[in-house]
Amino acid sequence: MQKKISAIVITGNGTNCEMEMAHACRLAGFDQVDIVHISELLCGTKRLDDYDFLNLPGGFLDGDDLGSAKAGANRILHADVAGGQERLYDQFARFIAAGKLILGICNGFQLLVKLGMLPGLDGVYDRQTVTLVFNDSGRFEDRWVYLHVDPDSPCIFTRGLHGLYLPVRHGEGKFVPQDTATLERLKRQKLIALQYSDALCQEATMDYPANPNGAVDGIAGICNETGRIFGLMPHPEAYLHRTNHPRWTREELPEEGMGLSFFRNAAAFLRIN
Amino acid sequence: MASRIEIGFKKGIRDALGERIKKRIIEHLGIHVDSVKTLEVYTLDGPLAPEDLEKAANGPLSDPIIQEIAINHELAQGFDWLIEVGFRPGVTDNVGKTASEAVTLLAGKTVRVYTSRQYAISGIRDRCDLDTLTRMDAERIASELLANDLIQRYDIIDGKNWNPDAGMKPYIPRVIGEDRPRTEVIDLAVSDAELVRISQERVLALTLEEMRILRDYLKDETILARRREAGLGPQMTDAEIECLAQTWSEHCKHKIFNARIAYHDGEGAVREIDSLFSTCIKKSTREIREQMGADDWCLSVFVDNAGIIRFNNDWNLVFKVETHNSPSALDPYGGALTGIVGVNRDPFGCGRGAKLIFNTDVFCFAPPDYAKPLPKRILHPRRIYEGVREGVEHGGNKSGIPTVNGCLVFDERYLGKPLVYCGTGGIMPARIAGEPTHTKEILPGDLIVMTGGRIGKDGIHGATFSSEELHEGSPVTAVQIGDPITQKKMTDFLLVARDRGIYRAITDNGAGGLSSSVGETATLSGGCELDLKQAPLKYPGLNPWEILISESQERMTLAVAPETIDEFLALARTMDVEATVLGRYTDSGWFHIRYGEETVVYLEMAFLHDGLPQMNLRAAWTPPRHPEPDFPEPADLGGALKEMLSRLNICSKESVVRQYDHEVQGGSVVKPMTGVVNDGPSDAAVIRPLLDSFEGIVVANGICPRYSDIDAYHMAACAIDEAVRNAIAVGASLDRMAGLDNFCWCDPVRSEKNPDGEYKLAQLVRANEALYAITTAYGVPCISGKDSMKNDYQIGETRISIPPTLLFSTLAKMEDVRKAVTMDVKKPGDLVYVLGETYRELGGSEWYALHGAIGNDVPQVHTETAKRLYQALSLAIQAGLVASCHDCSDGGLGVALAETAFAGGLGLTVDLRTVPTEGITRDDDLLFSESQSRFVVTIRPDDREAFEAALAGSAFARIGQVTAEDLLRIDGLGGKRIIDEELAVLKAAWQKTLAF
Repeated sequence: MQKKISAIVITGNGTNCEMEMAHACRLAGFDQVDIVHISELLCGTKRLDDYDFLNLPGGFLDGDDLGSAKAGANRILHADVAGGQERLYDQFARFIAAGKLILGICNGFQLLVKLGMLPGLDGVYDRQTVTLVFNDSGRFEDRWVYLHVDPDSPCIFTRGLHGLYLPVRHGEGKFVPQDTATLERLKRQKLIALQYSDALCQEATMDYPANPNGAVDGIAGICNETGRIFGLMPHPEAYLHRTNHPRWTREELPEEGMGLSFFRNAAAFLRIN
Repeated sequence: MASRIEIGFKKGIRDALGERIKKRIIEHLGIHVDSVKTLEVYTLDGPLAPEDLEKAANGPLSDPIIQEIAINHELAQGFDWLIEVGFRPGVTDNVGKTASEAVTLLAGKTVRVYTSRQYAISGIRDRCDLDTLTRMDAERIASELLANDLIQRYDIIDGKNWNPDAGMKPYIPRVIGEDRPRTEVIDLAVSDAELVRISQERVLALTLEEMRILRDYLKDETILARRREAGLGPQMTDAEIECLAQTWSEHCKHKIFNARIAYHDGEGAVREIDSLFSTCIKKSTREIREQMGADDWCLSVFVDNAGIIRFNNDWNLVFKVETHNSPSALDPYGGALTGIVGVNRDPFGCGRGAKLIFNTDVFCFAPPDYAKPLPKRILHPRRIYEGVREGVEHGGNKSGIPTVNGCLVFDERYLGKPLVYCGTGGIMPARIAGEPTHTKEILPGDLIVMTGGRIGKDGIHGATFSSEELHEGSPVTAVQIGDPITQKKMTDFLLVARDRGIYRAITDNGAGGLSSSVGETATLSGGCELDLKQAPLKYPGLNPWEILISESQERMTLAVAPETIDEFLALARTMDVEATVLGRYTDSGWFHIRYGEETVVYLEMAFLHDGLPQMNLRAAWTPPRHPEPDFPEPADLGGALKEMLSRLNICSKESVVRQYDHEVQGGSVVKPMTGVVNDGPSDAAVIRPLLDSFEGIVVANGICPRYSDIDAYHMAACAIDEAVRNAIAVGASLDRMAGLDNFCWCDPVRSEKNPDGEYKLAQLVRANEALYAITTAYGVPCISGKDSMKNDYQIGETRISIPPTLLFSTLAKMEDVRKAVTMDVKKPGDLVYVLGETYRELGGSEWYALHGAIGNDVPQVHTETAKRLYQALSLAIQAGLVASCHDCSDGGLGVALAETAFAGGLGLTVDLRTVPTEGITRDDDLLFSESQSRFVVTIRPDDREAFEAALAGSAFARIGQVTAEDLLRIDGLGGKRIIDEELAVLKAAWQKTLAF
């Protein structure tokens, strides 16, 4: 019998892409997919420990009022789970230690970065070393971008992929590392799984709007050293069917949208690991 | 003790906001500055130790990678002027609220945080190192760009006297008021003049006649006896008068739409109209529903906060469009933000409550490059444009609702009041626990529960204020700022509560606050009893009447059965949403409001809702006659086309569109921009609300206020036709298409200061008659609507009235979204068709406007031929015969051809001689006539026979072919090439105007 796999999609406090992210998990074959409000985690009726795949969707946690996902990160770091036995953060730490998969999209990526879970160099998951800041354009933008995939990245989610075309929808997506040493390590360890690129998905680009936010080295998504935690600014859950593609009325496209491949990779990995 | 934490960018980190502000200072104010640096300031009020401040500053309040912090000293240095902008007391500070929660959680102590922002500005040094930036420049930058005096305060600090170590004194914008709530009685047994004075002073917006009705109500002995029992005397309380003023306001009661009107048609005949709402709008819907018989898919029309139609057996759709014009004139950002989150609550508070699935926004502004002197209290149109755009961006994006469609309309007469139309659609299960969801029921004994935000003084008199023109004394409190995240938390909670069946009914708190939400829902049980003292307040110091009518945002009112109240309140607590029982619904027949034990309102429900007599108005129509423009046909029609493409009402709106998230929720099918490089203008939006189904929704709008200058009948007819044809163009059909009417008018009631009121009312009558005629002809029923009747500005001698404007919005069901069509040409060799007849209809057109003229031949809708064409085209699209389809609207055929070509990145060769026309002799007339019900369509050559067969019976012609060249080539009526333009050049002309 096949191993049962389950996914949790966290919502609440301004998250807003939970529905389509859960839909992606279902299409990818997860046996159980729960959209869980963060209050259910805080009051202890749900626990991260009961799941294999943690989804942190896009949105505006607490309005991104203190900078994207800042107040959300503060809550995870400091809020107690009812009963006072542990903080919510402890469940996250246990989840990572158990080698389970985490995917953060857009606001979820911002959250992982501000928590210090990405890139999580040397297995340190509570110290922030990179960030995502306001787009160079100074504005929120919704536009589709081409993405180059590093074939040598340890990232579980991008396995077997070459290039993608996905929408970005953010005002704070410019990737900035704390220093060149950090950037060099990301490169050396192939943690830069995704870069904004030319239309052939081959060369990373700094040209606006192909690189929609001015991200350093065109970085669109990074993973941790185990490849099991992955965050990206573009929205794969917004391209699950060909009719999501901006040019589906003029191009021959496969029925299934490209964004689903990340979720399929996650499911395939969890089935055998 | 209060402390200040400042956050700034580290050296070398780009300050995108500062750069944007710099650009605006230079471009909008013409002041040359060298640099602008921004700093965030948090003022913390609470018992925090130095280590708490350290933790807060380095924790949630800053980003250690890019930012640096300063606690109780200053970061800014090396500037000429420092401007710090913060909120006035009581103004919603969303960032401050989030910071309060974050720091309270972190420190384990209750802290209040207030935010402000610093702009450190440096001028350009000339060679002599003279100051080039004066204090006056700094004042202008602060007052005309950075701060809105109504809601914000600012300090300007001279860089020469700056000592960063001294630190600035923390300022806490706390509302300091006497907390001695009291209720006054107001003597209405006074002269007429005194009654008028009372109405004006309290911003009641009640007429003398209405004030007299209030006065006379208290002459009834039985009423007085009942009042005595309740503890009230023979005089009205302030709370009663305020409550009646809200309920009877034009905004809430639609007095003009319900008035009895004597319509003088200008040819000696007089017609009596007993309510435009009943005889035009409701009548049309009723007749269409009768025609549909058993197939009637309308579920709830005109009775609830929004209209409800059937989507399929399991789901219903809900739709509403609102305006938020008056507040947006005073504070564009807050007004528009409140507009969008406000209209969100309409579908949300409709029936049992709907999940919100799309927004659609239409803004009418004066031109952003307006260069004449501004009348008093009016903000520059560019500031309105940016503020409204940003307010709706924050409201829509942060709520997680895709903005799928919209448009921008420009006319100088929107200088006095911009129009900010915000629409929202929702979806609800058709049944919950076996019960239908589109109706509302409340039983006596059900509890009145308020949930979401708290009540402050914000939004007081919003309903009555928008029922007047904008004037000198327009109240500041009517302006407020929405909080999308508080609302999102509340709607997340209420959707869970809805699906658990733990409330009975829901409605929103909008105009008139509790007085309206409870007043209206209490009609379902027959009365209520409510204690205002239970209501959670933002700050102390509110009087009972203020609590009753405050329009503080993000609040819903619910009827909860006593047996589910514990579960309801427990769920609210768990999900961190405030919910408070304020009272209960009764069947007493009385609207009974207490403050603690003291009764402050005791009014008969019947008087509250039906005490207002019908208004009697006179309308007089005199058809205007404008000079016919007299200009020769231009020799360079290619140049003319480029000029047209650059016009504000035609040009690309991509810079705005991209700033709205149009794809969240994952069901985007036809996006606002389309084509080979995603930058052509779609006619309508298509979305898939259920991700496991291919059933879809089409959303479109129609608006053409310029035609009102000739005849508001045709303005309305054309707006409706445009909304319908836009929907048809992407693949909708007339079979399941609903409409929403949204009238924004200039005051149609004659008075001394409004001498042409009777003409404006005649325009309103004619627009409504058009609405009846066109909607019944197409079988598109209105399911909800809205009117805003006082879109005028009057200060001193200056009066600015908007052109009468109808926004018509359509919502259609599409069985299979995979059949949808976009407007971009697809392949070389495809055949180009024009569908529909072109008449010489340039009155009110963009072409005439370009020549400074209005003309008289306004486009007219021929419903019989149009309907036949729409039905045929729908079937052709369903059959997959159409490769691209674009409607002809502003700028006519010429603009539609150019857009179709450059969106697809392929050329066209077109021969105008084949276009079906009547009365056209000039090429420019043919290119730019705005005749209605026309499309440009391209098809694959193989489909020619089937397509032409499908269209048989309608006017259409094959006019050319798609080419692989980068050229739009048009041959004119004389057989000569009249346009030969590169697509890139045409597109550049279309894109440049609003590319800021």
